[in-house]
Amino acid sequence: MTRYITMRVLSTIPVMVLVALFVFLMLRLAPGDPASVIAGDYATAEDVERIRQQLGLSDPIVVQFVRWVGQLVQGDLGTSIFSGKPVTELIGQRIEPTMLLALTTISFAVVVAVPLGTIAAFRAGSLLDRFVMLFSVSGFSVPVFVLGYILIYTFSMTLKILPVQGYKSPFTEGLGPFLYHITLPSVTLSVIFIALIARMTRASVIEVLEEDYIRTARAKGQSEMTILMRHALRNAAVPVVTVIGIGIALLIGGVVVTESVFNIPGLGRLVLDAVLARDYPIIQGLILFFSFVYIFINLMIDLSYTVLDPRIRY
Amino acid sequence: MADHATDIEPPAAAKELSLAQIALRNRGVFWGGAVLVVIALFALIGPWFVSDPTALNPINRLKPPGSNGLFGTDMLGRDVYSRVINGAQVSLIVGLFVAVIAVALGLFLGLIAGYIRLMDALIMRLMDGLMSIPAILLAIALISLSGATLTTVIIAIVIPEIPRVVRLVRSVVLTVREEPYVEAAIAAGTRIPTILMRHVLPNTIAPLIVQATYICGSAMITESILGFLGAGIPPEIPSWGNIMSEGRTFFQLTPWIIFFPGICLAVTVLAVNVVGDGLRDTLDPRIARNMR
Repeated sequence: MTRYITMRVLSTIPVMVLVALFVFLMLRLAPGDPASVIAGDYATAEDVERIRQQLGLSDPIVVQFVRWVGQLVQGDLGTSIFSGKPVTELIGQRIEPTMLLALTTISFAVVVAVPLGTIAAFRAGSLLDRFVMLFSVSGFSVPVFVLGYILIYTFSMTLKILPVQGYKSPFTEGLGPFLYHITLPSVTLSVIFIALIARMTRASVIEVLEEDYIRTARAKGQSEMTILMRHALRNAAVPVVTVIGIGIALLIGGVVVTESVFNIPGLGRLVLDAVLARDYPIIQGLILFFSFVYIFINLMIDLSYTVLDPRIRY
Repeated sequence: MADHATDIEPPAAAKELSLAQIALRNRGVFWGGAVLVVIALFALIGPWFVSDPTALNPINRLKPPGSNGLFGTDMLGRDVYSRVINGAQVSLIVGLFVAVIAVALGLFLGLIAGYIRLMDALIMRLMDGLMSIPAILLAIALISLSGATLTTVIIAIVIPEIPRVVRLVRSVVLTVREEPYVEAAIAAGTRIPTILMRHVLPNTIAPLIVQATYICGSAMITESILGFLGAGIPPEIPSWGNIMSEGRTFFQLTPWIIFFPGICLAVTVLAVNVVGDGLRDTLDPRIARNMR
């Protein structure tokens, strides 16, 4: 068991190195001269040269890579071209709204999707089941920002019960204002998750319900509720948790869009501002940061299987 | 797909025809396909019948739907209906090209990874790394580096989609290579490329068609997101994402500028996904059992 955990933790290292290599090569192998692309259409030759120096693009590629990995290992994700601040500092300033948005979204999605998927599986073929499946196909088909605007139009502009945009920190401005502002973005972002998790829960529970031990439980006269809670859901948990892990990548993409729709000053907005300002070190640093978060969360999920399902022993 | 089929041998082509016939009996494939045909017709012929999507008409800007054109006008007085019709082409082109290119590259890498042990570890680790980078961020970075054109947007959406195809193809190859008829072929001294083309490739076609539809749908969504964020196809091209991006500033005044292209996009992607689900149920019982 300890061996498995050690191996699994160590296995993230080559993946992280590969991600770093990808991100490194992306800038260097991009068609055309990245320095002049970053500098923009109206840049002078001096601007381009200054950016080339700042990104260290004039050194030999091996020197660049060694320097870049050396900085990464020390936790240095680079320096913004325009503000001159370290990317890690910028991430630190913006991480709170993004983390809280992600947490509220996942919590809301799980609370809604797991019961929905379970009931759909239990009543497979019923009207409710069809509705859940229809919802899940639609959830994948509507872009998150269109959904955001539909909700803003309905709840903020027409019904006027929720704010159009903005963010209030729960630490400085209290829980009430925070929840008031985070509700719409969270609901918007959670729809695709609800679709994903409900679908997987349904498939997983249907499969478990066909198992012999469920028939045994029924045969000995246990109530449907007990069968569902004690036998079906526990055994259906692993695929559901896996799909949440896969969904983290979706969530990260969704955060960028949602933050921009609802004007939330988080990491997603930082990406967007960096794109508009062509501040490539920020984009690069954030890609690395988000990729490492993704790798870490999936590591945690893999390790959680040993707790979730006692049959899984390594 | 058709190219591969004709390359292989007549029986495989005949089989594919019957696959198409079986697929069309599925309600999802039929209705989703019908909706897509209508949208494709609008995209192909529509632009001939509407006004110039880039024609400015400042006097009639931000007009509501009905009064000035079916979908109203945007902040420069351009006809939103005409822009949405023209934008359909961009979405369909992106969806189609991304699906075909991602499947072709993924198929190639997947066949190699599944069949040549030496390459397997290397390719799969590379794919793991690529999969760890959030797709939208990767696309944004690629586009901001190489400049935004239709081609770079397609490439930027293709790259993060490849690993999923590689994994799928590899898993099929690993199953097929243990089959008796493949072992027989090896024993008979058939060369690896022939085995791959004749025995392994036909088995990947059904799951790949299913995967291609899902990639097509998600590519159209990604394109619109990139356009919406201002990191996609150049703003002078009226793609659905760009129209919605331009509608943001005036959303509270003129929500229809976002809603019309948004609804069109959602209907298109929904139709693609419904076709995908139908194909999965009819063509690929292996996945269908897991996803039921």
